[in-house]
Amino acid sequence: MSSNYFKVIRSGINSTFQDKGRSNLYHLGIPFSGAMDNRNYLLANKLVENDLNNPVIEFAYQGPLLKYIGEKIRFTITGDVSFKIKSKTSEIDGNCYETYEINNEDEIDILSTNKSVYGYLSLSGKFDVGYQWGSCSTNTKSNIGANNGKKFQNGQIINISKINKNFNKKRINYINTKIEKIRVIKGTNFNYFSEEAINNFFKKEFKISKLSDRMGTRLEGPKLENINSTNIKSEGLIKGVIQVPGDGNPIIMLSDHGTIGGYPKIGVVISADYDRLVQLPSGSKIKFQQIDLSDAETLFKMYEMETQNLLNQI
Amino acid sequence: MIKNISNLGDAALYCDFGQDINREINSNVIKYFNKIQQLKIESINNITPSYNKLVISFDLKRINYNELKNLIEKIQIDKEDTLNKKIVEIPICCEEPYSLDFNRLEEKLKLSKEQILKNFLNKKYFCYMTGFIAGMPFLGDLDENMRVQRLETPRVKVPKGSIGITEQFANIYTFESPGGWNIIGNTPMKVFDNSKEDKPNLINPGDAVIFKEISKEEYSNYE
Repeated sequence: MSSNYFKVIRSGINSTFQDKGRSNLYHLGIPFSGAMDNRNYLLANKLVENDLNNPVIEFAYQGPLLKYIGEKIRFTITGDVSFKIKSKTSEIDGNCYETYEINNEDEIDILSTNKSVYGYLSLSGKFDVGYQWGSCSTNTKSNIGANNGKKFQNGQIINISKINKNFNKKRINYINTKIEKIRVIKGTNFNYFSEEAINNFFKKEFKISKLSDRMGTRLEGPKLENINSTNIKSEGLIKGVIQVPGDGNPIIMLSDHGTIGGYPKIGVVISADYDRLVQLPSGSKIKFQQIDLSDAETLFKMYEMETQNLLNQI
Repeated sequence: MIKNISNLGDAALYCDFGQDINREINSNVIKYFNKIQQLKIESINNITPSYNKLVISFDLKRINYNELKNLIEKIQIDKEDTLNKKIVEIPICCEEPYSLDFNRLEEKLKLSKEQILKNFLNKKYFCYMTGFIAGMPFLGDLDENMRVQRLETPRVKVPKGSIGITEQFANIYTFESPGGWNIIGNTPMKVFDNSKEDKPNLINPGDAVIFKEISKEEYSNYE
């Protein structure tokens, strides 16, 4: 145990360490992982003046309750999150995108994300975490990454190896916008589906199932009829691919997805919509809209510019 | 040797090597994979070889589809480029409680347990690809009379180390995972080891695999 640490009093639903993820390992079956909402992850690190690839705590829905032991440190939370900062003499409601100072025995209680899924906690310092293939990102399915590849457990200790003492209070105004239309590019098996299925896919509403997780978003809606074959020869997948298994319910691949898959691909979500897609909580209703490659590239450039502008404001 | 390149979304190339699953096509895929890996193109995030496809995902901040497609189209594979193959021997125990689906296999294949085992063990397998879960090898090809469909209802949990067959393929479950393959036995050997960062996978595309039967006692004493 180092001299500065958090005690996890309540672990939350799915709290893990994440950074930008690990590349060039799909051929071994190891997914990219990394923070689900890349923009909020970057903002979390920038607000506490960290290197942008510093490990952060990612939580989903209900976050952890952490008791801090050690010398003065600052933290911030990004996303759309309700949280409290409790000390012996006070209890305040925290604002996202604002840095706070905490002292020995203070507590951070992350109650829940609001109409969203993921939030991020970063520190003006460094969590003492293990790295594998250049990344700390935890993949609980293959037990890879920080915390022995596992999500947080009640009662565990999170050590902090370094504290940055020169620090200025920071704050930005940022409101996460909700996405209603997910834009997609036609998939490589588009012609496996009936005309009615294609019509339904682009016109009807789909509901995010509660079985969604870091591996994928599962959707419920009109069953998409396959007129060719419900299996293809297994082949490489990427983030954003929408596979449709035999039951007709689409699944969108997310950060911890299996590296290969054998279901037909009806579409691929564009890169610009990825951060907002992962933030849709179960029960949300969405629609898909088809766009072409050059529009997708332009939209990504715009989204990326927006992210850079936000980072530059800090 | 690449028949066609198209886009998979806005940040990946989808390279098609032909319709069939055979060793020649798959060897071409693996040769391209090796070549592109050697080139260390920094804007590439991942290269995923499979039976007859190569998916190359890239960082859209640094390069786009058309630019990377032009680069990949210029790559030449030398006829002499060969695969570095090794032979891996995997111990397998096919006794209870490891052989989960022998009754089903006997019924579907109309073969006795002895005959199924003999057919399975007398084969040298070829590793087409690894993935889905970390380190899982897709091996082929089983003889025609050994080919069977996936379970109608997949198992929620297939035990770690399970060796399963479906259609012309065999695989090894490197982690406990959901799955629908017919389980013939289990190996005590570590097929994926995440403590070895340079070579976590015991079996890699292009390798040959043979199975050696062991008893339950040998399984428990395996180190």
